[in-house]
Amino acid sequence: MSAHDSAANDHAVSGDHHEGDGYDFAHPMPLPMLFTVFAILIALTITTVMQASFDFGSYDVAIVMAIATVKAILVGLFFMHLLYDKPFNLAIFLSSFVFVGLFVILTVSDSRLTSKDFIPVDDAVITSTAE
Amino acid sequence: MSAGLNIPGGTVRDPGFPTERENYLTNSKGVLSWLFTLDHKRIGVMYLIGVTMAFALGGLLALALRWHLLDPDGTLFTNNIYNQVFTLHGAIMVFLFIIPSIPAALGNFLVPIMLGAKDVAFPRLNLSSFYLWIFGAIFFVMALCASGLDTGWTFYTPYSTTTDTSVIMATLGAFILGFSSIFTGLNFIVTINTMRPPGMTWFRMPLFLWATYATSIIQVLATPVLGITLLLLVAERTMHIGIFDPEYNGDPVTYQHFFWFYSHPAVYIMILPAFGIISEIISVHSHKHIFGYRFIAYSSIAIALLGFLVWGHHMFTAGMSDMTTIIFSALTFTVSVPSAIKVFNWLATMYKGSISLTTPMCYAISFIFLFTIGGLTGLHLGTLATDQHLHDTYFVVAHFHYVMVGGTLVAFLGGLFHWWPKMFGRMYNENGGRFSAFLVFLGFNLTFLPQFILGSRGMPRRYATYDPEFATLHTASTHGALILGIGLLVALIVLLMSLVRGKKASANPWGGATLEWNCTSPPPFYNFERAPAVGDPYDFHSIEWDEENERYVTVDPERKIAPEEEPTTEPAHADKKH
Amino acid sequence: MSTNDADTATDPHGDHGHDHEHPAFLAHHFDTPEQQYDSGKLGMWVFLVTEVLFFSGMFCAYAIFRMLRPEVFEGCSQFLNTTLGAINTGVLLFSSLTMAWAVRCAQTEEYKKLTTLIATTLSCAMIFLGVKAIEYSHKWEMGLLPAGMFSYDPAHPHHADAPNYLLWICLPFALIFLGTLIWLISSIVKGNKFQTACLKPLTIVAFSFFIGIGLGTILESGNKGESHSTASDSTEHIESADHSSEIASVGHSPESSQGGHTEYGVMERLAVDATNSGLKNELKALDAQSELATGTVVLDHSTDVDATIKRAPRDFLTPSRAGVFFSIYYCMTGIHAIHILAGIGVLVWLLVRSVRQDFNRQYFGPVDYVGLYWHLVDLIWIYLFPLLYLIR
Repeated sequence: MSAHDSAANDHAVSGDHHEGDGYDFAHPMPLPMLFTVFAILIALTITTVMQASFDFGSYDVAIVMAIATVKAILVGLFFMHLLYDKPFNLAIFLSSFVFVGLFVILTVSDSRLTSKDFIPVDDAVITSTAE
Repeated sequence: MSAGLNIPGGTVRDPGFPTERENYLTNSKGVLSWLFTLDHKRIGVMYLIGVTMAFALGGLLALALRWHLLDPDGTLFTNNIYNQVFTLHGAIMVFLFIIPSIPAALGNFLVPIMLGAKDVAFPRLNLSSFYLWIFGAIFFVMALCASGLDTGWTFYTPYSTTTDTSVIMATLGAFILGFSSIFTGLNFIVTINTMRPPGMTWFRMPLFLWATYATSIIQVLATPVLGITLLLLVAERTMHIGIFDPEYNGDPVTYQHFFWFYSHPAVYIMILPAFGIISEIISVHSHKHIFGYRFIAYSSIAIALLGFLVWGHHMFTAGMSDMTTIIFSALTFTVSVPSAIKVFNWLATMYKGSISLTTPMCYAISFIFLFTIGGLTGLHLGTLATDQHLHDTYFVVAHFHYVMVGGTLVAFLGGLFHWWPKMFGRMYNENGGRFSAFLVFLGFNLTFLPQFILGSRGMPRRYATYDPEFATLHTASTHGALILGIGLLVALIVLLMSLVRGKKASANPWGGATLEWNCTSPPPFYNFERAPAVGDPYDFHSIEWDEENERYVTVDPERKIAPEEEPTTEPAHADKKH
Repeated sequence: MSTNDADTATDPHGDHGHDHEHPAFLAHHFDTPEQQYDSGKLGMWVFLVTEVLFFSGMFCAYAIFRMLRPEVFEGCSQFLNTTLGAINTGVLLFSSLTMAWAVRCAQTEEYKKLTTLIATTLSCAMIFLGVKAIEYSHKWEMGLLPAGMFSYDPAHPHHADAPNYLLWICLPFALIFLGTLIWLISSIVKGNKFQTACLKPLTIVAFSFFIGIGLGTILESGNKGESHSTASDSTEHIESADHSSEIASVGHSPESSQGGHTEYGVMERLAVDATNSGLKNELKALDAQSELATGTVVLDHSTDVDATIKRAPRDFLTPSRAGVFFSIYYCMTGIHAIHILAGIGVLVWLLVRSVRQDFNRQYFGPVDYVGLYWHLVDLIWIYLFPLLYLIR
């Protein structure tokens, strides 16, 4: 018996039972969960805009990136369904960030180490367009 | 099923020959049935034709270069034209031939059949990746026709932002080819992950599939970085965005980082599938179980991952910081470990095997020889101190030709000869094939061994003219290139002749145990009637030589007949109504 | 194609793997809908990996240049309108919500809702682009362009001879809107129900771009009120006299630089203009600098104005400094916008299919895959917004 038939049967039998029945491999996300996540995301956006008007010095980037990462994790886990997905999909998605990290860290650190030899080009502020 | 064969204690299994209706080459006719095919085998064949043409073009350019270098002052071109010719030779060979050669041409044909699947996971994506390849090739040809390209295949800034040749056209071409490569890799990853039939566990996969999987990982992870690098380069040329262009505080070394983050792993895109082919050929033609299956499988993945850590060794003299060069130099040596593991395992496989010196085996043996030289000379270039001396000399040229031509091209030819009977159902002239392998081996060494000496004596690469003291070695190299060219021509003729007057190939001409030898030669369009029985891909115990019909057959051990008792009328789970 | 036909139509080996009826949505080489779904999903995730690495190149360039010249990034970030960025973040997040909801509706086979939600997602994408168009066109008018074309002149921020970029951006969208509208009307007249059902939401979607434009314009003029209060205390007398400052700016500059509190009189007046909201922050910075220069303030009392802005050198507004920032800004947001456009393309395809009711609980893959793509585009914006707009 094919999976299609079995699903159809399940559906016919389960009728209006709670969600998850009859969905075979589908996994509909509960709506309250989606709305909660959205509310948290908006709250975090407001927080990050608010905190930008305070000066935290060198921690500034870290705070901003931390908030962005929390948002990204929320989007990933719930909107992108990773929480209920196959672990393999999560693994390949996370592995991409490992390689991004490798690339960015090595390149940036090399730039940093050579930056002392770097003689910047200095050109004047443009004023020629004034008439 | 073959009658008249007398092998005791078993039934003989042989799929025989396909009917015209089944044969994937003939089951539908007309040009359109090829152009719009979704059959991975036909796409593989179209790729094969495409990359062969690209290779012919790149090879002719190479011959022209060698001809030019016959004389210290150059014989053929002006210096300017010389720059364009070597750039196009490099770019065409890298982007249009080596990268798609094994994965896209042979891989497309073989991956689903070896896996026991009906097709790749996304047939339409597969076809579109072929057409992207065509578009990319068109862009390259347009660049050639417009105003040439003289940056070298690496498009280094700041020269690539200032030269007035058609850099934009060529980079867009490479960008499109990158997408083609990504789609192929993506397709294979998904196919291998989700389309394996029952019984095909990860460790029953042929090593070619492991190699293809590792290649696909690199294609997917590295190629997008090339894409963005080339797009930024186009933006740099059109809008001067100042990221790579020193005129606006950009940093050319950053460009090199970006570029080699792709292009070093791309070297493994080129060589890893070759490893896979050699693993297959060595085992099948030695008629012996592959030695260290898991080591070869894991080392493919290890190479793919370690390949991402070593890109800096292309830039030791480019102005990286001392610290970074030391780190990259140290990391470079780690890659040699899994490569060496493979070579040792191949040698151990051949040890005490019953080796038949068929054409594919000749190519495989010359691969081991040439790749070892190529790999070992890589150590000189990975060592910081010696690289200072050898960087940008002919030593580098010889090194990467030993790996790319002696490695990938020879393996590609070996694989082509190995699977040719499967692909087209015809046997070629064995002696002609062996002769071509001999010529290629001889010509190749004559071309590139002198270049090692040239390089260590200080002959810089990419020069149109040279000191008269280098003349002897350069002349030897040019003659070698001619022999190499003749050898390749012989190989082509042998293969094409087989289509016309070759003997019909049996399903299993070499005695292989992987799944592709279980279907007819050429395979039917549906690959397998039902999901095939999967065993150890390198277990040759049940493969026997059938003297009478000159073929290998699979002998299944005799099975006991099931006891003939009446089944009970009541099903065992009768109470559970379904 | 042909092999496909042969496979289904006149297959001599009818039994190869076809021991059960294949539903129409199941491709011939898959055994079960679940296998098909898993393959597609894995393929999409692998594709998203390539997208992440694609963007990584630009994030890397960003990191290098921000590390080398933090002051340029801090200074230039003031030109970006935080309010518009924040609104766009909200719009994208909302579109992500509707997309996730749409996936759910495809799984539960609620077709009406599915169409509505996809249309909402599309509208949000259009609004995003509309707001982006406002941002881009204002920067282009001021010459805040990539290094090679950077022509921003602090004394004359408004290029008098600049073409009306906004109009040019709006033109194709206006044509698309008119096209869908005409098509919708003709399909209603012809009584083609399917086309009507598709085109109704699409017309609204096409119109949404102009909602975005309107939203952007309103928010910019909302900033105007703010700049009244903050930008200037002593420029009020000029302001009332010179409300049509755009015409006057060139001719009056020497006079107003005397009349103004600082030598940036023109800028002050422009800053109160609706179209120049980004300037008010720069003005703040320049004020602080001139205070430092004239000795009004001795050093670094970082209570009212950010200390970092004070430290910013005055000459960072050069092609090879600010220009590079704007190069990175345009590359990142531009390629992100291209991804939005691509997303709009596939979402339109989904919309048509959802009107056709192609999806069911066995076959909702395409909605799910496009959803994943859309969330990734959102995810990238989540990082772009603070990295570009919120530098202090």
